[in-house]
Amino acid sequence: MKNYDVIVIGGGPAGMAAALKSSENGCKTVIVERNPFLGGILKQCIHNGFGLHYFGEEFTGPEYAKKFVEMIEKTKNLTIMTNTFVTNIDGTNVDITSQNGVDRLCGKALVLAMGCRERTAGNILLNGTRPAGIYTAGEAQRMVNILGKMPGKEIVILGSGDIGLIMARRLTLQGAKVKAVMEINPTTSGLRRNIVQCLDDYNIPLMLQTSIFEVLGDGRVEGIKYGKVDDRYNRIPSTTKTLKCDTIILSVGLVPETDLVDLPLNRVTKSVMVNDYLETANDGVFACGNFLHVHDLVDNVSLEGAAAGINASEYAKGKLSKGKVYSLTPDGVISYVIPNTVHSGEGEIEIRFRIRARIEKSNYVIEDESGNQIMKKYVMAAMPGEMQTIKLKRDLIKSNLTLKVVKL
Amino acid sequence: MKLTCIMCPVGCQLEVTKQGKEYVVTGNNCIRGERYGKEEVTAPKRILTTLIQTHKGVLPVKTTSPIPKEKIMEANRLISKMNIAEGKSGDIVVSNILGTGADVVITGDYVVYDL
Repeated sequence: MKNYDVIVIGGGPAGMAAALKSSENGCKTVIVERNPFLGGILKQCIHNGFGLHYFGEEFTGPEYAKKFVEMIEKTKNLTIMTNTFVTNIDGTNVDITSQNGVDRLCGKALVLAMGCRERTAGNILLNGTRPAGIYTAGEAQRMVNILGKMPGKEIVILGSGDIGLIMARRLTLQGAKVKAVMEINPTTSGLRRNIVQCLDDYNIPLMLQTSIFEVLGDGRVEGIKYGKVDDRYNRIPSTTKTLKCDTIILSVGLVPETDLVDLPLNRVTKSVMVNDYLETANDGVFACGNFLHVHDLVDNVSLEGAAAGINASEYAKGKLSKGKVYSLTPDGVISYVIPNTVHSGEGEIEIRFRIRARIEKSNYVIEDESGNQIMKKYVMAAMPGEMQTIKLKRDLIKSNLTLKVVKL
Repeated sequence: MKLTCIMCPVGCQLEVTKQGKEYVVTGNNCIRGERYGKEEVTAPKRILTTLIQTHKGVLPVKTTSPIPKEKIMEANRLISKMNIAEGKSGDIVVSNILGTGADVVITGDYVVYDL
């Protein structure tokens, strides 16, 4: 058994930022990571565009990870356990398994930063045969960028998530023919900049309100039957066409890795619910990063991880004092909001949320129980693919709150 | 011309119009957007990120600055034909690629999965 002030599960961008802040705050901290290295998924994201918000400079994924790893290596009070699996969580303690056998780590506070997993062909009930050649986008990304292997030659990408768009460009540059990116929704789920620089730049067609009806092939993918869907995702059989391809790549969403936790989950984020200190319903257990909700930018993951690390270390010191608790509920076009509950008191809260449909020239408004506006923020235009952030001063919180969009 | 700014993930919707000899950018939230808008209609540029083959496996590389968009595929072909013994983060593998003024630099190290 080993004792720590703060235990962080996960050595990706969220966990690294949390552990850094916690140890800088004087707490004896440990990162438990199942891979043999820190950095998480950043190691396979070799494209640029990371760090503009956090560092004010643009990096590729491996460079961004290295910045954090170098800071971590210089930090005292911080232990790194790689090649180590957490098999059980018990309050703020965890059971681990590694080459050294099984052990228990006892913490005063725990940070959950386990990230998420990709949805698979099974998750989306992909119809047809089950040949080789169907990959998730992250799996294909690891194959290409780390192992140096190509998943196929003629590729169809289903789903327009950012990893799918990035892989469309990556596979094109590695010599494959990306025949189409198909998105079941009327808008893409990826960032606008990725549509421009990954698809438009390389003349890769984006087909909206389109889906794969059937996978064809025996042994290996030989093609697909695809076509249009209506606003309720019903297939329009008269639009069915056939397309030859040897590989299907799925970029159809991410699901937080919650297997280890025994907490009620939010219906939309499919993860735990937290208060404005990023603390879950279990005292001393904090959550952050893509484990808590799927982010668009790693910079936001790092910021949230850092906040969780500070709060967890304050909790471990017995210094986290909280005011009265109230609920924060999303309304209308807002699909979810983090945090789920807020406290009155001092300081400022970062509120992160997503919208279901594109909005233009509107105000984000927070209302109290009697319908009074306690704060508003103007938004010129926003898309479902982009995470939204607003700030709220705690001294304004005096009742249960609702977050809504008011069109101007 | 209507453009989506790609300088950062915010993705401002830009409108670039020609007023006399000057291009004027609106819809941007920062100076980078103005620069991008003018450059995109006159001489579009991109940073290229790809892989370089080494005897010990692949390594990620990038151009140290954006290069003209029409030279991306040629630069990519040039890099993909290379096969170097080994490399580490920060090594320059091509100087002044295709006369663009940008170097090609390794951005990461070998990812080893052995226990």
